[in-house]
Amino acid sequence: MSEFSPICIYLVISSLVSLIPLGLPFLFSSNSSTYPEKLSAYECGFDPSGDARSRFDIRFYLVSILFIIPDPEVTFSFPWAVPPNKIDPFGSWSMMAFLLILTIGSLYEWKRGASDRE
Amino acid sequence: MIIDNTTELQAIHSFSRLEFLKEVYGIIWVLVPILTLVLGITLGVLVIVWLEREISAGIQQRIGPEYAGPLGILQALADGVKLLFKENLFPSRGDTRLFSIGPSIAVISILLSYSVIPFGYRLILADLSIGVFLWIAVSSLAPVGLLMSGYGSNNKYSFLGGLRAAAQSISYEIPLTLCVLSISLLSNSSSTVDIVEAQSKYGFWGWNLWRQPIGFIVFLISSLAECERLPFDLPEAEEELVAGYQTEYSGIKFGLFYVASYLNLLVSSLFVTVLYLGGWNLSIPYIFVPELFERGKVFGTIIGIFITLAKTYLFLFISIATRWTLPRLRMDQLLNLGWKFLLPISLGNLLLTTSFQLLSL
Repeated sequence: MSEFSPICIYLVISSLVSLIPLGLPFLFSSNSSTYPEKLSAYECGFDPSGDARSRFDIRFYLVSILFIIPDPEVTFSFPWAVPPNKIDPFGSWSMMAFLLILTIGSLYEWKRGASDRE
Repeated sequence: MIIDNTTELQAIHSFSRLEFLKEVYGIIWVLVPILTLVLGITLGVLVIVWLEREISAGIQQRIGPEYAGPLGILQALADGVKLLFKENLFPSRGDTRLFSIGPSIAVISILLSYSVIPFGYRLILADLSIGVFLWIAVSSLAPVGLLMSGYGSNNKYSFLGGLRAAAQSISYEIPLTLCVLSISLLSNSSSTVDIVEAQSKYGFWGWNLWRQPIGFIVFLISSLAECERLPFDLPEAEEELVAGYQTEYSGIKFGLFYVASYLNLLVSSLFVTVLYLGGWNLSIPYIFVPELFERGKVFGTIIGIFITLAKTYLFLFISIATRWTLPRLRMDQLLNLGWKFLLPISLGNLLLTTSFQLLSL
């Protein structure tokens, strides 16, 4: 058995632990009469106006675009970070140069106001 | 090759059956620690819910839960049973599948990160060489579940809450990961066991807390934000968003969200302990450790678990007390704190750590 097999079994068990509660209410829950107002979306007691999935603030989209650059950066830094004494100084310093370029990039992003929320 | 000897064939069959039995026993032996872990986590969550209610009551000079069991210890269990009997509502215009699966995905992703936490010496479900990385990878799945439930509810508050949850969680994930990266640079390993072992010398002076003070503070703030605790609980802000992505939920599915948030809090505190506070080590320098309490023995293991949990619950206490001390941030303040303060600081911390590591080689 490999070292990942406990994690695979644990994945199955944790899915069971979190999916079984979804089925339990069908056995135990009270079933009172349901009427349309009860199942409509909650909007402070009024009838819901329009669909919720129409438009949303573009800045949420901007945040996720900003996230795409640093996330792979950090992910790819992990193999470099673990054995710094096993790759020669050239490897380490070239990674430092890469980090520096990314720092300059995020500074540029900041100056252009991409992360501003006016 | 054709085997014509029947006894030989039978021997091979019985041998393969033996191998099969061995496999089955192996799986059963893996199940025991997993079930113990799940049971322990459940107990931990019940204790946190009780602690949160008692500490909140203490801070607000109320009495808190007192009727269910001695000192109200069974209050969380009673609440869970009550939620089980509540009506299971599905919003009429929502997406039923996304609505149902959303809370489960949040719980699964957080439960999985418990597999790499060392509770004591050799007391870990899977000692992976990429343990910390597994936590970061798996815990970033939780906002997907929140986004699914926010979208599936087809409610404006829920939708906004789900979007806020996703934006907040991805904004604070980068500083968090950069802090963890600095730690694994210092310890030369991404395995949680190696990180704890690297801090075992010199008692509490060997903790990563002293070598990474900036990283520690950034990690603490980002993990509070990842758990959506006050002052960062914008996705479920009661006053503006009517509990955000939880608005349409009732019954046990609401309970799953509740459990997920406390599981996340517990796992974050455990990781603070493991990464910065020396994990299961006693951490008192120059103390005489009797032979009986050496690590690896039964008593030593029990003491290790006790020490880990003591450090963990200290941080739980801090985050519960923070809830009643700090006001909630605004959305733009939250994102500015993440992108313009924590990200540069943690990047600088990483560069500093790297330079020290390279110069000390």
